[in-house]
Amino acid sequence: MTARSVAMTIDQVAVRFGGLVAISDMSFTVGEGEIVSLIGPNGAGKTTAFNVMTGFLTPSAGRVTYQGTTLTGLKPHEIADLGLIRTFQRTSVFPNDTVYDNLLIGLHRQGRVRLLDAILGLPGARASERRLRQRASELIEWVGLERRAYDTAGSLSYGEQRLVGVALALAAEPSMLLLDEPVSGMNASETHRFVELIRSIRDRGITILLVEHDMPMVMTVSDRIVVLNYGRIIAEGTPDVIRNDPAVIEAYLGHGAARA
Amino acid sequence: MRAAVTILVVAALASVPLWLRDPYLLNALITTGIFVIGAMSLNLLLGFTGQLSLGHIAFFGIGAYVSALTSLGFDAGLPGGFRLVHTSWPPIAGFVLAILVAGSCGYFVGLLSFRVRGAYFVIVTISFAEVVRLVALNWVELTQGPLALTNIPSIALPLPGFGELTLRTKFHNYYLVLVVALIAYLLIARLVHSHFGRAMRGLMENETLAVSVGIDVTRTLTLAAVISAAIAGAAGSLYAHYIRIIDPEVFAFINTVTMVIMVISGGKGSLAGPVVGGLIFGLLPVALRPVMAPEAQWIAYGGVLIAILFVLPRGIVPSLAQRFARRRSGAAALATAALTDTGAKEPA
Ligand SMILES: Nc1ncnc2c1ncn2[C@@H]1O[C@H](COP(=O)(O)OP(=O)(O)O)[C@@H](O)[C@H]1O
Ligand SMILES: [Mg+2]
Repeated sequence: MTARSVAMTIDQVAVRFGGLVAISDMSFTVGEGEIVSLIGPNGAGKTTAFNVMTGFLTPSAGRVTYQGTTLTGLKPHEIADLGLIRTFQRTSVFPNDTVYDNLLIGLHRQGRVRLLDAILGLPGARASERRLRQRASELIEWVGLERRAYDTAGSLSYGEQRLVGVALALAAEPSMLLLDEPVSGMNASETHRFVELIRSIRDRGITILLVEHDMPMVMTVSDRIVVLNYGRIIAEGTPDVIRNDPAVIEAYLGHGAARA
Repeated sequence: MRAAVTILVVAALASVPLWLRDPYLLNALITTGIFVIGAMSLNLLLGFTGQLSLGHIAFFGIGAYVSALTSLGFDAGLPGGFRLVHTSWPPIAGFVLAILVAGSCGYFVGLLSFRVRGAYFVIVTISFAEVVRLVALNWVELTQGPLALTNIPSIALPLPGFGELTLRTKFHNYYLVLVVALIAYLLIARLVHSHFGRAMRGLMENETLAVSVGIDVTRTLTLAAVISAAIAGAAGSLYAHYIRIIDPEVFAFINTVTMVIMVISGGKGSLAGPVVGGLIFGLLPVALRPVMAPEAQWIAYGGVLIAILFVLPRGIVPSLAQRFARRRSGAAALATAALTDTGAKEPA
């Protein structure tokens, strides 16, 4: 893990909502191809950090760079175009479309053809459509939702909707994926499957930043862990280091550390 | 099946002037067709992006005036002693310019208002229509103001080798409107089913998620506004060259309301919705004329709209399609239930 190049740098980022300090002076890096977890109690500022990294929030101070590009001032869709793709803590799908159509919408970045070509049905545009449909089917198969492909996304179970959310993010061809509590609401076997999924995402060379409360999962899957409390980084290191860090045990894990 | 239905409907529509000899009815069909094109363009915004343009008639009216002025020519004074002079061009050039100018106006209105959406867009579009109406009313030297632009020439189609075909009769204009309507319908259908259409749908359903996968809100919505305005401009041009007289009343709010009613009753967000709603509300005056004064007819429109939405809340086309689908899947469920039933009995 030594000679790894840096994918994302978070440099002295601070976020204030009025008087509330949601994040103060946050600095850390994520290496290319790494799985880093951002953990901390509810309200610690994890989702806020994601919102800053993906352009949904402008930080009060500091900056985020991704593969050499400063993200400050970029709109969310421009950041997505850099290959930095996120999922959402609350389930987020296109509820009135089928799972299959959800993925076609998610494939937007791959499907850009000239509008005139699409209107005239030119061969290039048609070939692109065929590729997208093929890719959508692959992704559905990959997250194991084949049987639900033609159901509207809004009618799926909570866990299934979370899978659609991840598939949607993957459809956008990320080079780095930010997952916000992806297994919350999933049962044990779904979670187990999901860990496999995360590993295979990483094996494709995609960098992963994970926010998750499920400690056993975080400990097994992460290369490195960043611990946040009240908007401040209180510890950073490998799972083994974090497991034994007194400050972490004190502030966050409590007796939960014994289980992990 | 779907293609067969489409061909049948188009064939039926194309046959009308061959057997319908009543000029009054033919006239009603032509103006209805023009408004159906307007309603289809409104539906592109309202039904597929969720943005309500309550000044949509502005693009229609701009198309009408641009086309009329291009084909009539004008000589109007500008501040500083300059004069704006244009000698008349063929109406077909007016038709093209109407599309371009209306589309550009759609671009600016879209750019102005999509930064903040919803109610803001509604207000900007209403104001825009009102401003354009006031210009048409008061720039008398250019538009003749309330005196109206008259003697607008009919559209003439250049036929290579044969000279020109001037579309003066109702028979001709019926086919002209039908062809433009078909092109507009196909254009919108292709758009909606393209990746651009999916971007519009994504934004309407879940904007946060849509931008997170790389969909550009401003670009998508502005493009939709441009195409919508351009189609409305084409309809306006057809109107000017068919009626052959236009005045600032073309910008009246009630005309936008008519298009909104056509879209909502037929079903926003469905391709055929504005056609069905447009035919109903375009032809309703014909049915009501013997029994009601024109002012009272608006009450009847309101009544019909409420009745339609009461029975078919999502509009005629989507609601019927849903019922159809439910009945079909209901039948399928029954069939599988019967199958599993026998399956369960077999081992016994
Ligand atoms: N848009 C907002 N406006 C005001 N306060 C917010 C907003 N978003 C988050 N917060 C506050 O910032 C803090 C951090 O929230 P969040 O990042 O969602 O925490 P986490 O994801 O770690 O549970 C919380 O106290 C939360 O109430
Ligand atoms: Mg959170």
